[in-house]
Amino acid sequence: MSLSAAPAAAGGAPWYWAIGGLRRALGLGAFLALAAFILGPLLTLLVWAFAGAWLFPNLLPEFSLKWWYYVLGNADVDKAIRMSFLSAPIATLFSAVICIPAAYAFARLEFPGRRVLLLSFLCANAFPKIGLYVSIATLFYHLNLMDTFAGVVLIQVVNTILFMIWIPTGTFRGINRNLEEAARDVGAGPLRTFFHITLPIAVPGLIVAALFAFLAAFDEAQGTLIVGTPNHITMPVMMYTLVLSYAQPVGAVFSVLLSLPSLVFLLLAQRYLRAGYLAAGYSL
Amino acid sequence: MASLSLVHVSRRFGAQAAVRDVTLDVRNGELMCLLGPSGCGKTTMLRMIGGFIMPDAGDIQIEGRSVMALPPERRPTAMVFQRYNLWPHMTVAGNIAFGLRLRHLPRAEIETKVRQVLALVGLPGAAQKYPHQLSGGEQQRVAVARALVLAPQILLLDEPFSNLDARLRVHMREEVKQLQRQIGITTVFVTHDQEEALTIADRIAVMKDGILQQVDTPAALYARPQTLFVADFIGAMNLVPARVEAGQMLAAGAWRLRLPSGVWADGAEMTLAVRPEDLILDPQGAPARVRRVINLGHYRQVLLDSPGAGPLRLFTGKEAAFAEGQEVRVRVARALVFHGASVVEVGGPMRPAVAAPVERG
Repeated sequence: MSLSAAPAAAGGAPWYWAIGGLRRALGLGAFLALAAFILGPLLTLLVWAFAGAWLFPNLLPEFSLKWWYYVLGNADVDKAIRMSFLSAPIATLFSAVICIPAAYAFARLEFPGRRVLLLSFLCANAFPKIGLYVSIATLFYHLNLMDTFAGVVLIQVVNTILFMIWIPTGTFRGINRNLEEAARDVGAGPLRTFFHITLPIAVPGLIVAALFAFLAAFDEAQGTLIVGTPNHITMPVMMYTLVLSYAQPVGAVFSVLLSLPSLVFLLLAQRYLRAGYLAAGYSL
Repeated sequence: MASLSLVHVSRRFGAQAAVRDVTLDVRNGELMCLLGPSGCGKTTMLRMIGGFIMPDAGDIQIEGRSVMALPPERRPTAMVFQRYNLWPHMTVAGNIAFGLRLRHLPRAEIETKVRQVLALVGLPGAAQKYPHQLSGGEQQRVAVARALVLAPQILLLDEPFSNLDARLRVHMREEVKQLQRQIGITTVFVTHDQEEALTIADRIAVMKDGILQQVDTPAALYARPQTLFVADFIGAMNLVPARVEAGQMLAAGAWRLRLPSGVWADGAEMTLAVRPEDLILDPQGAPARVRRVINLGHYRQVLLDSPGAGPLRLFTGKEAAFAEGQEVRVRVARALVFHGASVVEVGGPMRPAVAAPVERG
């Protein structure tokens, strides 16, 4: 839809579209509805997380931190939080170490089956994951990885691979070869060129990839539930137990805790979150 | 400072031959232009000299020693690329110093060299700026500085000004020429712009379809093109189909020219090549009609239609008066004759007498 009035009117748009004020009001209304739809549940969650007693005539509950003390004082919850904040960064780092060189190869080298291989990373996300996890679990049994920290990390890595391959591949492909050749020309070998020229220029794209990978690893629940129980429980897995067997505010508090890392990372990385980097990841 | 030799160098890309059996010598301190239309193999040649592409056959020598075994980082060459040239995450000083740091030079020496080379390219205050803070012309100057600071033996320039606007391009090529003379560095310059090549090169190597057509000074290329392609590509040229008559006579339109020694079969197809400034008004000449007069200020371009010779282009001074539709007669003051793609040798420079009219058509 055109934003200027003249072509819209000429193009046979509805009559009210020609009136600027009305058009803006409609736009604002649609925006508010969307905002309410997205932010409404989050707000409710926040209210519940800080609710003490909530009796009938009151519109808002009385403010209380008691559920926070309750949740954070729980030893199992503590353990899950520590597990999450340990496993997700390690999974992200591990994923970066194996995927970034692979992404560079995908971006710079022409080898047979490149496209097919690149598409194959979509497989893990293209089918219901529970089947994949069950077969991975059988494999992990043989490898003695069930209910181990390494097993949890590996299952999280599976979820990060798509982001860690696709986004860096697009980023590297967007870097002009001349920049690398110029470095070779002044005397840098291939490795030095990669670490001094290519990698620093790719940093924004790699940060975006790492961000997505971290969130994917952090939010992973199904696989961790299968591989990690009973002793290696992360926050999202804990969430199932909490929602089922505790009072409503406990779940709310935990949800807020669970969304904090995403929020913090999005704020930290927002200057890198430009459309170009995201779109770059999806060009084969 | 060094000489550069390419010896029977060839390179294919798949089924496409990019460079075919090129042998070329660049003398010490010379500025050699590789000139040709896009896809003629000139950039491939440059990249082979720099070490970014390996030839399939042949040898590349600097100062008589083969550099074929050396990767780009170990060749004594420095390249200035077309664009996306500077590393965006480093300052200008960082860009220039990168190669010096790799050589583990003392910090003070690096600083001195960076300062000197920036002064040399006329950007003394730009050291701490980032590439995106510079204009296109300034960025290319920094790229030249980055190449020169390592004191390479050969400077390679790959259409370095093609992304600059016309005025700046003219200005920059004068600067580069002056700089090249000043430090006397052997330089290979790739361009598709014949005017650029004619103005800055000591010698020009004209290429087409991977084949080296001719290597000569700008003046010689203009005056004595050896192939039909060079004749057509360098400067403006009228090409008139011609045919041999009676062994020694060439018929082109209404003109009759005497051929140089050599026995030619009657009816052999030739091409007569005449520079627009070598077409002279003469009552004894061949008839033509003025189609259009283009006034270019300091001279006029007159487009003619001549029966049998086709469209012709004539350059004349601004004092000459022409009217569209006017009937004129023109004579050829000087011409070249091509048989197939190559020039008919006369045993020396083409003499005007060769093309003098001997008979009116």
